Amino acid sequence: MKNKLLPLSITFVFIIIFIIFFKGLQNTNIYTPETKTIYEVPSVSVKLFNSNEIVNTLEIFNSDKFYLLNIWSSWCVPCRQEHPILMELSKNNNINVIGINYKDTKKNAKSFLEELGNPYNKIIFDNKGTVSIEWGAYGVPESFLINKNKVIKKYIGPLTKSSTEEIKLFIK
Amino acid sequence: MLFSVIGNYSLLLGLFFGLVLLYFSAKNFRNSKLLDTKILSFTFLQFFLVVISFLCLVFSFVVSDFSNETVFNHSHTTKPFFYKIAGTWGNHEGSLLLWLLVLTLFILIFLIRTKNQPVKYRVLTLVFQQIIIIGFFIFLIKTSNPFNHIYPVPSEGLGLNPILQDPALAIHPPILYLGYVGSSIIFSSVLAATTLNIVTKKWASHIKKWVLISWIFLTLGILLGSIWAYYELGWGGFWFWDPVENVSLMPWLALTTLLHCILVLEKKLILTSWVIILSISTFALSMSGTFLVRSGILNSVHTFANDPERGLFILIFLFSLIFLSLFIFFFFHKTSTDNPSSFFWLSKETAIIINNWFMMYFLSVVLIGTIYPIFLDVLSSQKISVGPPFYHKLIIPFLIPFLLIMAIGPKLKWIKSNLEDKIYLITLLIVSILISFLIVKNFSSNFLINTILISSAFYLFFITLRDFFIKGFKNLAQNIAHFGFSLLILSILFNSLFSSEIITNLKVGQTFENTKAKIVFESISQKEAKNYRSIIGNFTVQDSKGKIENLSPELRIYNQPNITTSEADIKTTLLSDKFIVINIVQNQEFFNVRYQVKPFMLWIWISVILISFGGLISFLKKGYEK
Repeated sequence: MKNKLLPLSITFVFIIIFIIFFKGLQNTNIYTPETKTIYEVPSVSVKLFNSNEIVNTLEIFNSDKFYLLNIWSSWCVPCRQEHPILMELSKNNNINVIGINYKDTKKNAKSFLEELGNPYNKIIFDNKGTVSIEWGAYGVPESFLINKNKVIKKYIGPLTKSSTEEIKLFIK
Repeated sequence: MLFSVIGNYSLLLGLFFGLVLLYFSAKNFRNSKLLDTKILSFTFLQFFLVVISFLCLVFSFVVSDFSNETVFNHSHTTKPFFYKIAGTWGNHEGSLLLWLLVLTLFILIFLIRTKNQPVKYRVLTLVFQQIIIIGFFIFLIKTSNPFNHIYPVPSEGLGLNPILQDPALAIHPPILYLGYVGSSIIFSSVLAATTLNIVTKKWASHIKKWVLISWIFLTLGILLGSIWAYYELGWGGFWFWDPVENVSLMPWLALTTLLHCILVLEKKLILTSWVIILSISTFALSMSGTFLVRSGILNSVHTFANDPERGLFILIFLFSLIFLSLFIFFFFHKTSTDNPSSFFWLSKETAIIINNWFMMYFLSVVLIGTIYPIFLDVLSSQKISVGPPFYHKLIIPFLIPFLLIMAIGPKLKWIKSNLEDKIYLITLLIVSILISFLIVKNFSSNFLINTILISSAFYLFFITLRDFFIKGFKNLAQNIAHFGFSLLILSILFNSLFSSEIITNLKVGQTFENTKAKIVFESISQKEAKNYRSIIGNFTVQDSKGKIENLSPELRIYNQPNITTSEADIKTTLLSDKFIVINIVQNQEFFNVRYQVKPFMLWIWISVILISFGGLISFLKKGYEK
């Protein structure tokens, strides 16, 4: 019995891997935005990237305006890809783009922004990744559309043309 | 037109001969005194047909025959001649044909070179190899035929992706494939040997040559890919932990471990299970690399086409092979009872086994980092991306014991030993720590870990260096490879510690200056080539020592497809690379300039060449090492 257990369990593991890959093939590998139920902005003290000030998140998102909170990092390749979209959004007066710099070094992040431009109104420096966890982030890049201290929409993965159109509809 | 027809029928005939070979092998296996001469001739014929088919495709590319769909999709009349040929394997269909070419070539060489081996073993290896070959034939003909027709015939093709128009690309895939496909021979041979229960010392010393040859090619293939990414992608690095790089690294790790296990098996009849499992997993990893890259399940520069049908085929094929090998392993493999060999803790075997476990750990880290996002996506629809910090955090600390054991291990004897010349070993350790301390002293970041890491790399460096003098030609292959590895780790560490970077926006005539360098944007000029125009920025860079260097990075605007690429200008010297790349900023007047000084870049390439050179010496050497 013992002799048969090992081959059987290994075969079983491989069958599971097969099923997962099989399912994975049917998923598209294009990032799709995910709708989430509306929830409140978490109240956390955070450090700002440029001034090193410690502020509460509720202070950042206090006004009635729309905010787009974007989690990014200089080592993240998709972030590079979505950056022009953020630059374009930052020109729009109805929305305030806020960045969370995720698990990054200041030096690399600065040169990333120098190279591609800085779309962010304020940047939260989250070198340990803990602030992003408070927001319920899965990874980078990820963006949250916020209004009146509530997260209305969450975009996982880089922003696309269609998600930008959707954001523009919201903030009209 | 004619070539497409010939190529297509050669493929079908090749598949037919694959089936014929299976039949004759089965017949030959039953009454096996001599290898049927028909088998050898049919194998040759199959190889010959694939060569014909491949040449037909090359020809279609050379004469720009756009009635062929593959040529239409990936070529253009204005493409330089060299890239018309290289472009043959710069696409999904062509590269699979190349894969098939190497598969059939290797089994032919295998049959010719194994005259001294038992006939049953040779026939059975051929059978397993033919299963793989037939699988690839069907895959090629059914889902990605390189000879599909288009009618009406287009007058112009779509062109080859400009980032693939590079000399390194021309040789990177063939070399890498020799490595990947070499592992298929190991796979077939190990399955045959397990079935016949002849996983012995004799078998080990015969298959060692095959392990070495695939290992050398795989190492060089990865190196070429890395060099290409360094100067063509313009990101200023040599390894990005991109899924595609990872899928080539994983078979390498498995193959390197296998190589060491084979060396042990050749000496003592132990580690047979290790050898079998590693041979199987090396090939399975190469195949799953193909699956991950070609199915479009992952995104990368190598994803030629997103076709779920192709992915499904490779997936089913891959898992059939895995289940077949699992069945053979569990059903036929008997752990040898005549060699209970409890081994003494201080011996060469122990050192090799410990490092094997470290290698398996590195392999699992890379494996998890690569496929975990897929698993998570399927199971919970969450998307994550795993970046360099993951790999660095999990791999770097474990390099320290790994390097130390690599330094001490070869000093030990087989079976049981005492460490000789302890004084030297300890002195060298102290010297290494001192040197590293002096080097790292000026850098405050991660002081402790950097010192320890550099010390252990230096330790291996000094010990192998000393062995060159005291041991001379004894164990030369191993010594060169290990020396190369220590040099590689040292170069990578110094490269990441001492790199500096300046990113700025400049107009023509402007100057950027800081304490490290002064960059003057002198002028821009234009150049016309056959299939692109280029804008060349002329820069002079003066470093802190006052040395002036002229650098001229390019921006190329290709006509077909209409893509802009930036070509970095790199000045390589013995100690460091000066790397400059420009990009257009949206408002046109400014150029984004990125200037990097990367120390020891050249040594990263040299050390990898040294590592594979070590393999080459071992390959050419007769008999086995002490």
